[in-house]
Amino acid sequence: MAYQFTLGKQNYLFDDLKSVLAKASPLRSGDALAGLAAASNTERIAAQYVLSELPLKVFLNEAVVPYELDEVTRLIIDTHDVKAFDFISHFTVGDLRDWLLENTTSGQNILEVSKALIPEMVAAVCKLMRNQDLIAVASKIQVITRFRNTVGLKGNVSVRLQPNHPTDDMKGILASTIDGLLYGCGDAVIGINPATDSPNVTINLLKMLDDVRLKYEIPTQSCVLCHVTTALQIMDKAPVDLVFQSITGSQKANSSFGIDLQVLKEAHDATLALARGTVGNQSMYFETGQGSALSANAHHGVDQQTMEARAYAVARHFDPFLVNSVVGFIGPEYLFDGKQITRAGLEDHFCAKVMGLPMGMDVCYTNHADADQDDMDNLLTLLGVAGCNFFMGVPGTDDIMLNYQSTSFHDALYLRKVLGKKPAPEFEAWLLNMGIVDELGNKRSVGDTNKLLLNL
Amino acid sequence: MSKDITIANKWQQLKQHTKARVALGNVGTGLPLSEVLALKHAHAMAKDAIVTKLDVEGLSQKCIEQAIPYQIFNSEASDRLEYLKRPDLGRQLLFNTNLKKTEKVDIVFVITDGLSAKAVNTNAFKVLNHLFPNINEDYSLAIAIVQQGRVAIGDAVAELYRADFVAVCIGERPGLSSPESMGIYTTYQPKIGFTDERRNCISNIHANGLSGKQGAQLLQYLIEKSFALKISGVALKLEVGEILKN
Repeated sequence: MAYQFTLGKQNYLFDDLKSVLAKASPLRSGDALAGLAAASNTERIAAQYVLSELPLKVFLNEAVVPYELDEVTRLIIDTHDVKAFDFISHFTVGDLRDWLLENTTSGQNILEVSKALIPEMVAAVCKLMRNQDLIAVASKIQVITRFRNTVGLKGNVSVRLQPNHPTDDMKGILASTIDGLLYGCGDAVIGINPATDSPNVTINLLKMLDDVRLKYEIPTQSCVLCHVTTALQIMDKAPVDLVFQSITGSQKANSSFGIDLQVLKEAHDATLALARGTVGNQSMYFETGQGSALSANAHHGVDQQTMEARAYAVARHFDPFLVNSVVGFIGPEYLFDGKQITRAGLEDHFCAKVMGLPMGMDVCYTNHADADQDDMDNLLTLLGVAGCNFFMGVPGTDDIMLNYQSTSFHDALYLRKVLGKKPAPEFEAWLLNMGIVDELGNKRSVGDTNKLLLNL
Repeated sequence: MSKDITIANKWQQLKQHTKARVALGNVGTGLPLSEVLALKHAHAMAKDAIVTKLDVEGLSQKCIEQAIPYQIFNSEASDRLEYLKRPDLGRQLLFNTNLKKTEKVDIVFVITDGLSAKAVNTNAFKVLNHLFPNINEDYSLAIAIVQQGRVAIGDAVAELYRADFVAVCIGERPGLSSPESMGIYTTYQPKIGFTDERRNCISNIHANGLSGKQGAQLLQYLIEKSFALKISGVALKLEVGEILKN
C-alpha cells in the first residue's frame, strides 16, 4: 500500500513499505546505486516521519520480499513469536524506539521480545535512531554464547585471531597464530580464511590448529572459513569445531553463495552431533555485510540495511556461537567512506543484538574506499562502548591474503585497556597461566623462554 | 626518543615464516612509530595503485608475440570515480563497432584492470606465457583487453565470442603488502547474469603469492576439468596442494 506525508508545503508519496524503508535510510552509496535512496534530504526526513507513525503490525501484513518467492521471508513469518508480540503489538515504530531507550527497559526485557521482532521492524527502528541511540540500546543487551569458553559477558571483549596467509602456508599461519596468542588474542576463535576452497588444505589447517590447541591446552575453538559444503564433506576427516558460512537476506542472494536453509540445517545438525564443545555446544559461525544482496542482484528493491537485518533472521535460527558483519569489506559502491562505514557498523551491531545475536564486528575497510585507520579507531571504540562481543585480530591490521585492513592485536590491547575489559574468563585464566598478561590485564614482557616460543 | 620506550618483541624468529606484520613490538598498547609510518606508506602505495592505468599498448604487444588474436574494449564506466561508484557499468561492454566482428572461439582470456591495473600489467602474461605452450592445441583462443572492467564483464565478452570458457585476469583490490595482486576467475559456458557460484577463482598471483607458473598450472587444471566435467563454480573443487605438487 502507498504512504504519504506532508512536510512544510511539500507532500511526499511513497509507493509501498519497502520504499518508505529505503528512503528513510541515512544516505549510502549502495542504496543510490540500486536507485532506492531518497531523492533529497527532506524526502528522507518525510520517510522517517512516516516510519515513526507506522504500527508494528503493518510489517506482519506487508512483506518486503514476497512470502511465496522467498524462503527467508517464510522463515521470518513462520517463526514469528506471536505470544511475545502481544506486549508490543500496539506499538508504532516510534513507540518501539522510545521503549528501547527507556531506562526502565533492560537488556533482558529486550531479549524477551526479540523473537517477536521481525528484521524489518528492527531495521525500521534503526533508521529513526542516532548513532548515540544505537550505542545506548545495544550496550544494555548481553548475548552470551559458549563452546570451549564463554563469549559476550559484559566485562569482556573477545578477539577472533585471523592468521591468514596468501598461499595457506602452514608455518606462516602458525607464526601469525603464535604472535596473536602472545598479544592475548584468540578467545573468540582462531579462524583462518583459506586462500582457496580446497578440502585437503582445509583438513590440514584444521589439524594444525587443533594440534596447537591441544598442545598448549588453550580454551578456545578453531575454524577454517571454507564453504559450508566443504565443511560437511570433510567433517569425518578433520577436527571441525565451528562451521562457518557467509549468509545474506534473501533466498536468491543465499543461492548466489551456493547455500539454502536446508544445507545450513544439515551443517548445524552435523556439527551438533560432533559435540566438541566443553562449556557449551553453540557451533555455528556466520558472516554478513551490507550490500551482499545487491551485489548478487537479489535485493528485491529493498534497501541494504533492511536486507542485512533479514540475514540476522537466518543466523538466529541456527543458534550461532559467533556472528559478525564484515562491515567495510565489500567496497565503496555500498559504503563509500568512513562516515558510511561507521554508521553501518553501529546499525548492524544494534540490529543483531536486538534480535538476540552474539554480534561481533570486522571493523574494516578496503583501499578503494575513502577511509583510513583513524576511521577504524573511531568505530572500534564506539562499538567497544556499545558492548560488541568480539573484533578481529590481524597482524598489524594488514590481512595479507584478503587484502584489506581490519583491527590488529594491538587494537585489542588498546580497547581492553581504555574500556577496562578482559578476555573470555577461561581464556584469561590461560593467559595468566602462560605469563602473557598480568592480573590487571596488562601484557607482560614475554621472553623468548615462553612455552609458546620454546616448543616451536 | 621513541626508540627508547619501544618494547621490542623477542619473537622475531616468527618473521621468517610470513610477510604478515608479526612481532612488531609495542609502545604501551600502541605500535612503535616506525611501524605506524611503514603502514601509512603501504596504504599510500595501495591508494596509488587504484588509479594506475591499464598498459593497453604493452599488453597488445605481448598478444602479438604469442600470436593470439586480441581486441581492445571498454566497459560502460568512463573513469575511475564512476567505476568505483557504479560496478554495474564496469560489468557491461561499451557498444562500438568491435562488438560485431568476432569469430567463435573455444576459450577467451579477458585482461582487465579491476582495482589495480598495475597487477595485470605485471602479472597477466607471467601466467599466460606459461599456459599457452601447454594448452591443448585443438582449442581456438582469443584475448580481450578491457579497460575499467569488473569480473562479470567476462560473461559479456564470452557471449560476444560465443566462447565455451572464459578466464578473467583482473587486478584484485590492492592490499598493503600486495598492491599488484592478480586474480583469475573462470567460468564454463558463461552467460550474462551469472553470479559467483558459477565461477572458480585463483587469487593472490603476485611476487609474494602464487607465481606465474603456479597460476598457469591451476588455470590449466580448471580448463581441463571444466571441459571434461562441463561445470565450473562451487561444484568444481580446486585441490590446490595436489595440483601444485605435480
